[in-house]
Amino acid sequence: MRIPWLGKLKHAPPFTRLRLGGACFSLPVFVCLAVLASAAAGAPAPRYPSPVELAVSPDGARLFVVCEGTDEVVVYDNRSHSIARRIPVGRAPKDVALSPDARRLYVANSWSDTVSEIDTQSLAVLRTLPAGFEPNAVIVDRAQRYLYVANRIGGDVSVVDLATGQETKRLLAARGASYLALSPDGAKVYATHIYPIPGKWRTPPQSEITVIDTARQMVIDRYRLDNAAGVFHVALSADGRLGMAAETRPKNLVPLAHVEHGWVFGNSISVFGEDVGEPVQIPIDELDRYFTPPFGVVLARDKSMAYVSTTGSDSITVIDIRRLLEFLRTATPAARRALANDLSASAHYVAARIPVGRGPKGLALSADGKRLYAANRSDDTVSVIDTAARRVVETISLGGPANLTPERRGEQLFFSARFAFQGHFGCANCHIEATFDGLPWDLEPDGFGVDIVDNRLLENIEGTEPFKWNGSNPNLETECGPRTEKFFYRSQSYDGQELADLVAYIKSIPARPNRFRRPEGEMTAAQERGKSIFERTRKKDGTPIPEANQCAVCHSGPHFTNQQLADVGSGKPTDRSPRIDVPQLTNIALTAPYLHDGSARTLEEIWTVFNPADTHGVTNDLQKDELNDLIEYLKTL
Amino acid sequence: MRKLAIAFALASAALAAAPDMPRFRWENFTTANGLPDDHVFNVCVDGNRVWAATENGLGLYENGKWRVYRPADGLAHRAVLNIAVDKRTGDVWAATMSGLSRFSAGRFDNFTQLSSGLANDVVYGVSVEGDEVWIATAAGGSRLNTRTGEWSLFNERNTPMYEIWTYAVQATASKVYYAVWGGGVLEFDVKTQHWKDYNDPDGETQLVLYKDQGLIHEITTSVSYAEKDKILWVATYFGASRYDGRNWNNFLEKDSGLPSNFLNQVKAVDGTRAWFSTDKGLAYYDGANWAVYRPALDTHKPEMLVRDADGKITRVDVDTAPAHNYILGVDFQGDDIWVATGKGLSHGIRVK
Repeated sequence: MRIPWLGKLKHAPPFTRLRLGGACFSLPVFVCLAVLASAAAGAPAPRYPSPVELAVSPDGARLFVVCEGTDEVVVYDNRSHSIARRIPVGRAPKDVALSPDARRLYVANSWSDTVSEIDTQSLAVLRTLPAGFEPNAVIVDRAQRYLYVANRIGGDVSVVDLATGQETKRLLAARGASYLALSPDGAKVYATHIYPIPGKWRTPPQSEITVIDTARQMVIDRYRLDNAAGVFHVALSADGRLGMAAETRPKNLVPLAHVEHGWVFGNSISVFGEDVGEPVQIPIDELDRYFTPPFGVVLARDKSMAYVSTTGSDSITVIDIRRLLEFLRTATPAARRALANDLSASAHYVAARIPVGRGPKGLALSADGKRLYAANRSDDTVSVIDTAARRVVETISLGGPANLTPERRGEQLFFSARFAFQGHFGCANCHIEATFDGLPWDLEPDGFGVDIVDNRLLENIEGTEPFKWNGSNPNLETECGPRTEKFFYRSQSYDGQELADLVAYIKSIPARPNRFRRPEGEMTAAQERGKSIFERTRKKDGTPIPEANQCAVCHSGPHFTNQQLADVGSGKPTDRSPRIDVPQLTNIALTAPYLHDGSARTLEEIWTVFNPADTHGVTNDLQKDELNDLIEYLKTL
Repeated sequence: MRKLAIAFALASAALAAAPDMPRFRWENFTTANGLPDDHVFNVCVDGNRVWAATENGLGLYENGKWRVYRPADGLAHRAVLNIAVDKRTGDVWAATMSGLSRFSAGRFDNFTQLSSGLANDVVYGVSVEGDEVWIATAAGGSRLNTRTGEWSLFNERNTPMYEIWTYAVQATASKVYYAVWGGGVLEFDVKTQHWKDYNDPDGETQLVLYKDQGLIHEITTSVSYAEKDKILWVATYFGASRYDGRNWNNFLEKDSGLPSNFLNQVKAVDGTRAWFSTDKGLAYYDGANWAVYRPALDTHKPEMLVRDADGKITRVDVDTAPAHNYILGVDFQGDDIWVATGKGLSHGIRVK
């Protein structure tokens, strides 16, 4: 059995120790035991912890690690070097926050739409608090009166009263609200977003940092981030004068033909606050090497260094803040504006790159700043970094299964950027956290503006082939194999085994819970009416609707696609063919924009703007409220 | 008005006996001092911030300065007809002639009949209650659930609404009222989820055969529900109405202190007191007495008239008046009042 990372660990430095629950195994023994255990007949599919975020107790004694793959918080005792407790929480937990007095721990359960409140002494779950659609981040205010929860699907921030346990209001953030930071004085909460703000078709993506006043619990400002889409963690310096947000800058408006020139993604940090004046975006890439996507960011208390995890590059980028501020001070306004695309700039402020485990996500610094912890999602470990030596001094195992299934191996590949030319990007750059990015792309070198394609959701796609909007890829092996190598990565890509693993993983990506279905399963009146419209065979005047123009014919089967090509009149002069793949409708409410090229900004526009001749289903005999009903039904699929 | 003038002359000697009605010093804003446009359709107060809905932009008055938002800034359309503030979040909802705008900390998100579930782009009124935004459009009512994004439309097919030109809406925790222009008043009971309509028993005529037996007229322009007292106030182009859930009490120029039957808005203080925006001045009713504030219709000099419960009218000497007698809407700021007029926005600073 092939275990790709085994070789890597064998060559790990001697100080790298693999620990599990206090016992220390030699690697070969550990692997054999695990494989044998898993091979037992009827064993359930292994679950990998997949740590994504972590917090350190103020005394440094404990690590609280959020494991989204096993729906738990792993409490690791730094003194005994053992796992003290595994605390079950809600589904797909995504974030953890300690209360200011460190007596409570809050965990955002993204698939349960809840927050778990945990007593850090007893390690018991005290309460399960409400949140919005897909809570992805959580933070407690200074007074410990209110909890702020970023809701990714809701695009808002819930304010939860900790005394009553009730959600008091939701504040409008932006699409894909996912990460939060509290200013050191407790006056403001900053929110970032993994998806861009919906804008006009084929215009540069835009995101924002939403600023919330904690005294009034209102949004008071929005820092605009031009050309930015996936924005992840945001952090502030201890003096509150400097903020940093990790982000990608997708270059989706030009043909994806210049990987070697850096024209696919820029990996940047948005820097804001009194120290820099106007926000400025700084690249962390180098002329011939990319560090992507920047995800976690923490700042040393003395504001000497910032640490940025780059998930696809398996490393931590260390930024010398003093050098950075000096560099920005001497830059002209024009130079600051151009900085984001200057790949030579990082030499002025990047102090080091620290290799860590696979797929580093969340970061946490010990109170004394001597230890940096990185949650390595893809290999179920936490890297412990000596910040002075800038190297990993310990690797904590979270006890994930030693045997890697094809799906797990494929997942590791999916989140890796090592296959693209100069490590430029990986699958997860566009399919952010195995979803989508809300952007239309000009993918192949067929000329500017030809065959623009919207990025589709990957959930539950087995059985939806063919792939690509023109249906030219009959299976995922074709979609992800030579095509990826030739048109995307511009570098030797996956070998046969890797490709099989990657495909296995993509096929295994489940659909997240649909927030528009009632828990009991029954439909609302509007959804019922919409379903009737979706399934109708006659117009309102009784005229039969041709079969090829009935919603439920093309959008049929378990995924609501007949897996055929169809011309629904949405083709543009720049499309090489008007016939497009009938898309599946899984969680369609989340994936705007719509149509093959992303030209419909909302579900409504598919029919109000792009269906004048009833070529994409018959909708022109519908009243506006009936169209609304149809959309309410589609949102449940 | 001739009768009013005669009555005024008769009563002028009895000034000291006039009821004690609110007195204001009026400060007026026009484009000359920063207002986006002199045609002000409505005004909305949010603490120390005052929002003006004008024909050429959304104005924000804060810290003594005006800031103007127009389509170039993201506003759906330059003509803003109505404004509502979500008191919990501070977000501002602007009803425009081409869609609904949500303004939140500098960002506009727009909703139109093409890009969203909104019934129609001509949006006359908007009101926020909890997580729901209620909208009055030229093609019926709309409701947006801001948590789920669900749109619900209300029209002749699912409510007793026989005319779909909804002109104003007010949502409260217990009731939602629509002023349907030409269709009376529509009531939505939040608890029962049922609709009920209120109409003029005289039909669509301008005759008043049954004065206090129902709504004064079908052409309604505004509704204001004093929820605590469970009193509904209604403005029409042919008088005003007050409804306590059982009895109607109607107000006409001829038998009340209303300076005109042509009303653009009514805004309740409570179940007893209300302000009326008419084409001939701003009127206030305290349950017994009336006051009218305006530039005099003939001389255009500042004028304040008080009518007591017996119908005696007195003039109160004043130095200032609202910017114009054509009043479109008011909102309160503590004891002060802000007034939208056809030629400027007025700030009534309470002096007594």
